[in-house]
Amino acid sequence: MVDIQAKLKEIGPFVEEPDDDLLVCRCEEVTKGQIRKAVHEGIFTLEEMRRYLRSGMGLCQGQTCGKLVKSIIASELKVSPAEVVPASSRAPMRPIEMCILAEDGGGCDE
Amino acid sequence: MSNVADVVIIGGGINGCAAAYYLAKGGTKSVIVLEASNSIGHGGSSRNGGGVRQSGRDIRELPYAMYGIKNMWPTLSEELGVDTEYTQKGNLRMGKTPEHIKKLEALTKSANSVGLDVRMIDQKEVKEICPYLSDEVIGASWCPTDGHANPLTTTLGYYKRALEMGVKFYTEAPVKSLQKVKGKVRKVILNDGTIFEGETIILVSGYESRAIARTIGVDVPMTRLIDECLVTEMQPHMIDVMFGCASADFYGHQTKHGSFVFGSDSGWETVDEMVDPSTNIPDPSKLITNSMTLSASCRAIQGYIPALKDAKIVRSWCGWLDESFDGVPFLSRVDEAPGLILACGFTGHGFGTAPVVGLMLSQMVQGEETVVDISALQYNRFKPCR
Ligand SMILES: Cc1cc2nc3c(=O)[nH]c(=O)nc-3n(C[C@H](O)[C@H](O)[C@H](O)COP(=O)(O)OP(=O)(O)OC[C@H]3O[C@@H](n4cnc5c(N)ncnc54)[C@H](O)[C@@H]3O)c2cc1C
Repeated sequence: MVDIQAKLKEIGPFVEEPDDDLLVCRCEEVTKGQIRKAVHEGIFTLEEMRRYLRSGMGLCQGQTCGKLVKSIIASELKVSPAEVVPASSRAPMRPIEMCILAEDGGGCDE
Repeated sequence: MSNVADVVIIGGGINGCAAAYYLAKGGTKSVIVLEASNSIGHGGSSRNGGGVRQSGRDIRELPYAMYGIKNMWPTLSEELGVDTEYTQKGNLRMGKTPEHIKKLEALTKSANSVGLDVRMIDQKEVKEICPYLSDEVIGASWCPTDGHANPLTTTLGYYKRALEMGVKFYTEAPVKSLQKVKGKVRKVILNDGTIFEGETIILVSGYESRAIARTIGVDVPMTRLIDECLVTEMQPHMIDVMFGCASADFYGHQTKHGSFVFGSDSGWETVDEMVDPSTNIPDPSKLITNSMTLSASCRAIQGYIPALKDAKIVRSWCGWLDESFDGVPFLSRVDEAPGLILACGFTGHGFGTAPVVGLMLSQMVQGEETVVDISALQYNRFKPCR
């Protein structure tokens, strides 16, 4: 069980840092500062961060920034990155045109 | 940590978060929200198509759906301090055959009977609203006051505001059962045995509400279905309307970001293997999309909007619908279980109504009259058929 209010109290208020302008998610242009601030608004998991800021929701689907976002959340929460709940990977593995995907008849072809 | 509160809300979806926010806003001192998974909005609330519709709804739902669109959605971004991306540019429900048109005409008639502005339009007018459509679309119903919003930011916006107002949230807190104390529902027991207590308990955990309510002998007639969604890469701005079809082939819209989000199904989806037998709740790691649905969805969408055939799909996902047996939710107190309020059975369209449902839940707790009459949504509206 995670007590969100207790955790927020434990990590204290958001404090600005000099490198907050650093672009972390390049596809969706999300900065380190935005991610750090979101943690203090109660966003503790990668999944929620994606929903809140769109980090990792662009063309590369977080393949580039996933680890970085995770480590920023971890350091803000004062836990090890392994403790941060990861995001799910979803089909398709690479972006595919609608007209190409549409050709797959699945079981109907057999 | 105090486990006792005025209100304990079971389920951290948009309806639970909205109820928590309006309760805090209305002056309720202590509110606790319990969410089974590790993220807020893990259920339908982060998986839906974002439609904020009145058209196509049962007339029992229309009055409050209309209230929310008139009085709540337009100012919600400001109120929550997030961009809900609410866009009110109409809902176009398309038809390709005379049977489709007949169905749309019947829906239009029932919407008109309660004062909703919906009308039938012909192919020419359809093309004026959206030039990208296939010539196979011969007509549509048009509701200019419908629209769409971003379910992700809206759900988390309610959560964030409720947190700021002192509501306590617990994630990874799966509820197993309820218990009465002196005839009143009061105790909420988690899988690990932890006990929370509330003067009022709001059960708003989607389909799982049924299993939880049963632990005090209350049965809520609903079942569970699965629906899938997909999202394209960013496209140039094309269209602001919400799309739907008479045949339910697909629905969706272009988001503010530029990507298109669509929902559809192939009929092959199943949820049974996703349920963890030890807890009876779906295991998120097993929430998998069906291999046939994505392609079937693409065929359906292209059949209406050929202009998108080269758009790349970047992601797909699925989510559950808590399907009530007569298609409208349960939103009521329970005679034989004082202290309990049910809010479930949203049947795949509970996102658009979440603000007003949250507000009415807070009013029910605070002993006020709800903004519209919802007596048609009583839990005991079903009678034996013989
Ligand atoms: C693919 C899809 C498309 C949709 N499209 C639209 C649309 O376009 N427009 C529209 O209006 N609606 C749409 N909907 C429906 C809408 O998403 C839902 O009606 C709405 O999100 C319901 O919100 P909720 O808070 O009641 O439920 P949920 O968001 O499902 O929240 C319930 C929460 O309870 C938690 N929970 C479950 N069991 C327990 C337990 N034992 N203890 C504690 N917590 C528990 C769950 O983890 C979940 O977070 C769609 C749904 C899906 C799946």
